[in-house]
Amino acid sequence: MAVSPVEVTFEAPILELPAARPRGLWSDALRRLRRNRAAVAGAAIILALIAMAIFAGQIAPHSYTEQFVGGPFEKPSSALPFGTDNLGRDQLSRLIYGARISMAVGVIVQVIVVLVGVPLGAIAGYAGGWLDNLLMRFTDVVYAFPELLFVILLLAALGRREEYVFLAIAIASWPTMARLVRAQFLSLKQKEFVEAARVAGASPWRLITRHLLPNSTGPIIVAVTLGIPAAILTEAVLAFLGLGAPPPLPSWGSLVHDALDSIFTVPLLVVFPGLAISITMLSFVFVGDGLRDALDPRSATRL
Amino acid sequence: MGAFLVRRALALIPVLFFVALMTFVLMHLTPGGPWDREKPLSPQAIENLNAKYHLDLPPAQQFLLYLWNALHGDFGPSYTHPDRTVAEIIASGAGITLQLGFFALIFALVLGLPLGVLAALRHNTPADYLSMFVAVFGYSVPNFVLATFSIVIFAAVLHLLPTGGWESWRAWILPAMALGFGPAAAIARYTRSSMLEVIRQDYVRTARAKGVRELLVVRRHELKNALLPVVTILGPAVAYLVTGSFVVEQIFHIPGIGRNFVDSILSRDYPLLMASVLLYAAAVAVANLLVDLSYGLLDPRIRY
Repeated sequence: MAVSPVEVTFEAPILELPAARPRGLWSDALRRLRRNRAAVAGAAIILALIAMAIFAGQIAPHSYTEQFVGGPFEKPSSALPFGTDNLGRDQLSRLIYGARISMAVGVIVQVIVVLVGVPLGAIAGYAGGWLDNLLMRFTDVVYAFPELLFVILLLAALGRREEYVFLAIAIASWPTMARLVRAQFLSLKQKEFVEAARVAGASPWRLITRHLLPNSTGPIIVAVTLGIPAAILTEAVLAFLGLGAPPPLPSWGSLVHDALDSIFTVPLLVVFPGLAISITMLSFVFVGDGLRDALDPRSATRL
Repeated sequence: MGAFLVRRALALIPVLFFVALMTFVLMHLTPGGPWDREKPLSPQAIENLNAKYHLDLPPAQQFLLYLWNALHGDFGPSYTHPDRTVAEIIASGAGITLQLGFFALIFALVLGLPLGVLAALRHNTPADYLSMFVAVFGYSVPNFVLATFSIVIFAAVLHLLPTGGWESWRAWILPAMALGFGPAAAIARYTRSSMLEVIRQDYVRTARAKGVRELLVVRRHELKNALLPVVTILGPAVAYLVTGSFVVEQIFHIPGIGRNFVDSILSRDYPLLMASVLLYAAAVAVANLLVDLSYGLLDPRIRY
């Protein structure tokens, strides 16, 4: 039995390992996100809300303007399951249509914020100089304005139209994105791999699009997913204050506003739109938090 | 420290100047004027009113005139309340709004801090999950929904508390809670993550190893150091309280200054609008300044 110990220790454990599949940042993040039950539930609710917004015309039993002969404040019945509002309109249908503006404001505002904030932040962070200075001073002033005040002032100047609600919120929100991208670029510019690319003769355009921007996508995506509920909230508060999209288009905020006067006689009219906003906000926050933890594993262990 | 304070205080001046400028520009871009009525006034009457309130001057001159007067403590007359000056209107409601904000902040601290500490000390237990759920809840549910729901529950169903006014302490409870819940959630989240960081530090282990009593470790070694980062979010919290206050004041019919802002936009009451915006912006800026200062006082490692 002259088996040398060396022979035994080399008994193939390394070879038996399955071929390690290369996993990128994104598939890794997706795996972590799928394990987060709150985020998965939030995503499911968001998909349902989007479907509700798109197909409101098919789902809603009535139009959001039709007034019923029973008059205002009908009690819930089989025909009108949530009753009627202060003008005798079907509350359920108005709730379903209300999803439209909330989903639209979230998406449209963030599209504008990305289209404006990312390029400006990228240029300021990459080039520096007077442009950077100008951007920073401008965002300083916007930051000094309490956001809601700024949006309301903008909206007053623009006029009361649905599109202007989106535009006003976007104008108040893009500086945050620009500052985020700028800060990312400033720190990435110092990294060795960027230095190496520059030494290898990469053009500024190539540096930005192939090195700086791809490495900033994680924080940008997190900012977008957390920016969506912020925009939805701002729209809801505007509508609640009676400053949102003009009637008769229903928004959950305006539904709460309209039901406020009858809060003691028909409290349910306040409860349903309030629940709708809260559930929507919760879902987006769960997904946003989940994404942040998934894309930045260090923050997950810390928080 | 003194030089830092002076520098930061001086930096408020250009910020407030540009806030005033932006408000002025937006205000004058807004269609319609302060004299629009259902029954239009005669051109002569409008001309007289414009002359009386200096609205016939070129815009640049109007702005400079406003700044000059404001610097001398004169914030002008209110168009909608001809018998009162803007300063009087704001002075009459500011105390109540400050009270509301103060109570809301106290509520936020009293709820948020223990929740965050508990979550960190019982990390990954049901107590942790529950307090973090409360935190996400407070962070997601808009304050006007909290306010209306609290009216439904405590006033419409249980008949426990009044739903409006500001006369007795019982009327203060619901508004302060509705306004303070959001900041409470933010404070709880920050306290938790900051505590989790601190309880892994070497000096905490050292304190335990040398036999310091558990309560003392938590209080003196963990909490004291964990609270530092929490102070920084008090700045944004004040900004939140500011914008939240005019929503909450409207719902609970509180005679504070919140109504002024929305009303003055709708009625184009330019002087009242300017003064409201400047007041809110100044409140937020001063809160941030105080936060930076207290951060330096609390943490001796920070030097200015």
